[in-house]
Amino acid sequence: MQTHKAKRVAIIIEAVMESRLTKALNDAGVTGYTILPVLGGSGRSGSWNRAGQVSRASGMVQVVCIIRPDRLDKMLEAAFAVVERHIGVVSIQDCEVVRAERF
Amino acid sequence: MDQLLSLAAENLISPIILSFVLGLLASLFRSDLSVPEAAAKALSIYLLFAIGFKGGVSVADHGIDGRLGAALLAGIILSAGLPMVAFGLLRVMTRLERLDAAAVAAHYGSISIVTFVAGTSVLESQGIGSEGYMVAVAAAMEAPAILSALWLVARGGGSDARGMDSALLREIMLNGSIVLLVGSFLIGMITGPEGLAEISSFIVSPFKGVLCIFLLDMGLVAGRGLREGSGVLRPGVLAFGVVMPLVGSTIGLGTGLLLGLSTGGIALLMTLSASASYIAVPAAMRVALPEANPSLYLTLSLGVTFPFNLTLGLPLYVAVAQALTGG
Repeated sequence: MQTHKAKRVAIIIEAVMESRLTKALNDAGVTGYTILPVLGGSGRSGSWNRAGQVSRASGMVQVVCIIRPDRLDKMLEAAFAVVERHIGVVSIQDCEVVRAERF
Repeated sequence: MDQLLSLAAENLISPIILSFVLGLLASLFRSDLSVPEAAAKALSIYLLFAIGFKGGVSVADHGIDGRLGAALLAGIILSAGLPMVAFGLLRVMTRLERLDAAAVAAHYGSISIVTFVAGTSVLESQGIGSEGYMVAVAAAMEAPAILSALWLVARGGGSDARGMDSALLREIMLNGSIVLLVGSFLIGMITGPEGLAEISSFIVSPFKGVLCIFLLDMGLVAGRGLREGSGVLRPGVLAFGVVMPLVGSTIGLGTGLLLGLSTGGIALLMTLSASASYIAVPAAMRVALPEANPSLYLTLSLGVTFPFNLTLGLPLYVAVAQALTGG
């Protein structure tokens, strides 16, 4: 089957910033993304667990989007403007998709 | 003094406080006991709806008191002013940076609705009545403190504050708990005692039992917060978590006396002024002041001030209100 090269960007960010990030992605022309709940983790800001939070606002989410490589820079600029000052991780991976027109 | 001690003892061995202590101890001893997130959310919706509804019914039953507007205005002023007091205390008692001090101060101007709910429960068990519109005062006190904290940061010339954009303002003003509290208050006010009679078997009888389970969960969360955030609690910060509720409640007491509130109303205004937010304000601070340390303000408000108010603060506020009003 024919596949096409794409970039998979995963952004782990505080739940309170979710709507701001997805708005920035939409404004940057990203055609789709998936939001996943995060159970817990550990990093520069210490360890963290979803069960220890008093509300969802204190939690974290992962926003995953797959885009064409030529759209990556614009998308990262938009995302980074939101993420820059907050707790979070931005990672980029090469991937392949079957239906290129969807990205 | 004897009355205060007996009220404190009675409060400490009530099912609600013991449920909280159970959760706290279970968490501190690393038990795997937990309340599912969705269940905890449902319990909080129930409690907010019930307390708002009953407040509205009380207003419908007794008529709108002329003090309602004054009490609302006082609540807003208290919420905006208490962060200034908290900020001043923090600068004297701790070595916190301006940004962290302002973020912590915002929590102490805003309120903990669970502490308020527990306060109404203590009053009910003592047979002390209060103004139904105190629920609306609680809702009015949620947000102004956030603006005060942002002002404190901006006044220091820092560029750390992201500022108040329209999205953040909407999120604060239409925060789920404010909408539910005010909405159920209005429903209670519109439907009155007849409305209450229709649903009392759901929102009156099970109330304390639900509060017990909710406080069990709050104990678990507070315990986990204490375990994970105890490193940030230096002696000065820890002392602030106990001193500030006493200062806040004293200011609330003076305001309640000036407004001419009933014994129960004064005790609730003291409770609101003494309590610290751990839901609405932390979320707003993460957006507006992301560089402020979240484990500091969350551990302080949830791990220190909330348990203090629940166990020792509430009986103290009720006893003082009773002593000064002869109620």
